[in-house]
Amino acid sequence: MREYLRFLVRCFRLSFVGDWRYYTWMLVLTCIALLGLNAYCKQLVSGLATTGMTDQVSWGLYIANFTYLVGMAAAAVMLVIPAYVYRNEDLHEVVIFGELLAVAVIIMCLLFVTVDLGSPERFIHLFLRFNFPLSMLTWDVIVLNGYLLINLHITGYLIYSAYRKREPNKRLFLVPFVLVAIVWAISIHTVTAFLYSGLGGRPFWNHAIIAPRFIASAFAAGPAFIVLTLQVIGRFTTHHVPVNALRLLRQVIIVAMTINVFLLISEMFTEFYTGADHLLSTHYLYFGLGEHRALVPWIWSAVGINTTALVLLYLPQRNRGLWLLNTACVMLIVGIWIEKGMGLIVPAFIPTPLGEVVEYLPTLNEVLVGLGIWAFGLLLYTIMVRITVPVLKGDLTVDTLHPTEVARMATA
Amino acid sequence: MQLPVIGNRDGCASPYGGASRPGMTRRSFLRRGAAVTGGLAALAAAMSPLRDLDGDDLPSFQKLLQKHYKEMSPEEMEAALDRIRKEVEKRYQVRPDIRDFKPMDGVEFVYALNLTRCIGCRRCVYACVEENNQSRDPEIQYIRVLEMPRGSIDIEDGDHHYERSTVPDEHHYYMPVQCHQCANPPCVKVCPVEATWQEADGITVIDYDWCIGCRYCEAACPYWARRFNFTKPKLPKDDLNPTMAYLSNRPREKGVVEKCHFCLHRTRQGKLPACLEVCPTGARKFGNVLDPKSEVAEILRTKRVFVLKAEVGTLPRFFYYFDERDPIDEHVVPSQAAQAVGVAS
Repeated sequence: MREYLRFLVRCFRLSFVGDWRYYTWMLVLTCIALLGLNAYCKQLVSGLATTGMTDQVSWGLYIANFTYLVGMAAAAVMLVIPAYVYRNEDLHEVVIFGELLAVAVIIMCLLFVTVDLGSPERFIHLFLRFNFPLSMLTWDVIVLNGYLLINLHITGYLIYSAYRKREPNKRLFLVPFVLVAIVWAISIHTVTAFLYSGLGGRPFWNHAIIAPRFIASAFAAGPAFIVLTLQVIGRFTTHHVPVNALRLLRQVIIVAMTINVFLLISEMFTEFYTGADHLLSTHYLYFGLGEHRALVPWIWSAVGINTTALVLLYLPQRNRGLWLLNTACVMLIVGIWIEKGMGLIVPAFIPTPLGEVVEYLPTLNEVLVGLGIWAFGLLLYTIMVRITVPVLKGDLTVDTLHPTEVARMATA
Repeated sequence: MQLPVIGNRDGCASPYGGASRPGMTRRSFLRRGAAVTGGLAALAAAMSPLRDLDGDDLPSFQKLLQKHYKEMSPEEMEAALDRIRKEVEKRYQVRPDIRDFKPMDGVEFVYALNLTRCIGCRRCVYACVEENNQSRDPEIQYIRVLEMPRGSIDIEDGDHHYERSTVPDEHHYYMPVQCHQCANPPCVKVCPVEATWQEADGITVIDYDWCIGCRYCEAACPYWARRFNFTKPKLPKDDLNPTMAYLSNRPREKGVVEKCHFCLHRTRQGKLPACLEVCPTGARKFGNVLDPKSEVAEILRTKRVFVLKAEVGTLPRFFYYFDERDPIDEHVVPSQAAQAVGVAS
């Protein structure tokens, strides 16, 4: 126990050690996170009127980001399945970074839900009257926190074992949890999709296709983010990132994105060919309603970006460079963020169930809160990677010295 | 003569020995101290808006520890009502008459609205606001009146913001919408903390002290009946209605959801809802559907009654009806929908 506390203290101190690029990156993120905190404090004082949300569009940027980030958490499982189920050696080396990402992203998800609450000080009511199993939101509370705990356990156990130079007991403490995490990862997407698709009063969400599309786009955006992250890790740390892992992820993204586009086409066909009157939300999203067309440029840029990304992915990757893959990944992250974020949440409220058309535009304060959470999540992830790399490599173990300790020895 | 510089850039230990510890130079100590101070200062600056928090807005311990409505004993309810009395008195300088009215046995409330009679004057909207202590700024209204073109029953054709010097307009009819007090309420199903539920007399209520403000119920309602307090409600003290109940019209605070509750502080005492009392045309009918002799029971038996969005399966307790055929008026221009199927104007 004492050793574990010492480990935590050393990890904490290690997170303050790095070169100038590390300090700059961390400083910038900290500043943005503090700006976000500042904006959130303003929101706490004045209420959610500081956001662009109204009774007509009662969910906005926060829930949109929450939804998108739940998808991002899929990154972990798309590394885990090939690594543990198909025993792919290349992925074994990097799977932990996917799990760490899941931890950081789920924390971001929970933050996005918290900032959306009108009375956050009452969150304790969740423990006192939990409307389970009726409310899908309670399911979401369970699956998201469960996923967070499982991934915290897997990563924490692996890292601490390496720190103590002990061979992890895979059969008992690792593999069962990894297998549970795979199923659990599917569940967080399914439950979050059901959150929306279960509402009969919102025809835009009330489709069976929401959950499959949700998973398909998640399995494209998550691995796309991981592809970029792994390259950053490979470049700025001493950790070895096999190129084959990236190539395998490319296959995953291609399949997931193709399915996503296919489902999108099926959805569009059904809605527009039928021409039914009550599908005004879809019409609003793609073509606008009268002079109300705030989301039209957004969604068409998403359609363009996603299609181009898919074409880029399908192009034969002749040279050894990864720029094609990287461009496609950046495009997918952005494109799916629009499509699965604002593009999924906001149109469901426009028009309202009574046919009123009120548009939604996030306020600066709202955007700052959102940016703050993103910066905080990246900050967390950077620290986790910063600690994990030397520990797994054996540079920081129970009987080695900490870089700050080395520095102190040198000056003493 | 040359002297060594004290505390120079080489980081030699201070001759005064004050700040230095083994392994920590004066410079690194100062730098670290500056970083920690700077960090804390930045954090404090970031959180400085919290200074503007109004002391009265902060929840008291008593309120934070208050139990869910259904779990409160009569004594605990009395304590809660007493706390609310004090809070209202402090904020509005009015001693409220607040009670907790329970549903009456053998009663199921139902509303029936006669679309032939409604003239769209919106008196019900404002009577409701006055009765139920809604925020005046921003103004929260439970009732929305739609101006509907004749020939259409599709609420998406309705105009929410019609402005006329006189009503009714001969080419339109009017459809007020408020909480339908559904027998299968989606808002109750989705609430994660059971802050809203259906009572024995059919009224769906909200415990304003329990709602966490997630607005899932607002997303779930097919009738757009729920309202959220995006900011602290503003209600001039002269406008406060001092007759209130725990589950109905007591003043709300920011961050909670509210909606129509069939004026339960009136109706559970045998009175009629405020929107009905003010209606100049008698378009609104309210009563106990379990009583076969009640007017609403009679209407449900004999009139051409319908509910909004029957297809979503919410089973509303709010019925609309036309009590007679509209008089044939030569001057009325048929609606677009009617013209599309060939009705001559």
